Amino acid sequence: MTTLPERVLVCPGGPLLLRGCQTYTDGEGVEHAVDRTVVAVCRCGFSGRLPWCDSTHKRLPPDKRPD
Amino acid sequence: MSERVLTTLRSDPGRLTTDPGDPQDVDEVDAALTLWVLHELSYRGFEDVSPDAEWEPAVLALRRHLQRDLEARLRARWPGHEVSRETFADDLMAFIESDDGPSVASYVHSHASADQVLELVRWRSIYHLRESDPSTWTLPRLTTAPKAALAELQYDEYGSGRPDRLHAHLFARAMEALGLSTRYADYLDECPLEVLEMNNVMTLFGLDGRLRGASMGHLAAFEVTSSVPSGRLVKGLQRLGMAEEIIDYYAEHVVADSVHDQIAVRLICAALAADEPDQAEDIFFGAFTCLDQEARFARAILGRWGVAA
Ligand code: FES
Ligand SMILES: [Fe+2]
Ligand SMILES: [Fe+2]
Repeated sequence: MTTLPERVLVCPGGPLLLRGCQTYTDGEGVEHAVDRTVVAVCRCGFSGRLPWCDSTHKRLPPDKRPD
Repeated sequence: MSERVLTTLRSDPGRLTTDPGDPQDVDEVDAALTLWVLHELSYRGFEDVSPDAEWEPAVLALRRHLQRDLEARLRARWPGHEVSRETFADDLMAFIESDDGPSVASYVHSHASADQVLELVRWRSIYHLRESDPSTWTLPRLTTAPKAALAELQYDEYGSGRPDRLHAHLFARAMEALGLSTRYADYLDECPLEVLEMNNVMTLFGLDGRLRGASMGHLAAFEVTSSVPSGRLVKGLQRLGMAEEIIDYYAEHVVADSVHDQIAVRLICAALAADEPDQAEDIFFGAFTCLDQEARFARAILGRWGVAA
């Protein structure tokens, strides 16, 4: 996946935003279809809808939230 | 007042007077309903009111009077907030995430009845049947970076070019599946002050370019506090075996608003505060007002259901 800098945004304490991807390949190499212009990829690992963020990170104690 | 205003709008909007009467006898609900009616002229209006009424000076004068009064009450509730240039986005996110207002979604998750959920849907329909429209008014008021970000967020709310994915439309389909009317504002008469006011707030912030910071702060708070409660609503609606369409509506918001909240806080509000520092505190004011209005809504509906909030 080649990405331009403005296509990726790391959100402190939360997900990674990706803009303009057709698919997203997760750490295990599984490809996921993308159906919106911007998607939020979970970085905390606790989402109920992996690989996407479902805001579970908001309910984690501060030390469990991604940097 | 609202009756008199509607009657005048139907016959001759130019004859509307600003006379608010003795402040002692102005009923809050009546004032909120009147403002709601005047605001409606800037959306799709009323079948039996001429579209000319929207820009009639007498209409604008009364609207301005009621808006000033509403804004003064909102400002009086706002305790203020220290704003830092360097950590604006993280501060705003933390400020909103620390909200601990009463939660209707938690109650729906494990206790509400189907009738209570239907009432919630009817009250929410005043906003959701025109979801996102108030913030669209802010778009031309913004500088380049926040404008591009708001357009991106709204594109998703409006279905990314697909009418069947437009959020307000998804809500209408859900209401239909629940056997409810999808005609706009059909349930207005049963809505309490809190519903009228929260809708008036969004319209005021959107319509008035001076309040662009408050409008975007409100949007941010709305988006940040949407995903987790939407997840609880999904579970509650599944527990009650309610229509797929309403479950899908909230399920869509679990994922969509996990994107929208970051866009709203980091790409819209932080960019707006950087470009126009004089808007920074109003962004927090708008966020606070959204949370405050939601808390009042929650107390109203939970109180009606006999639940302590
Ligand atoms: S980062 Fe949001 S749920 Fe994991
Ligand atoms: Fe939405
Ligand atoms: Fe949203």
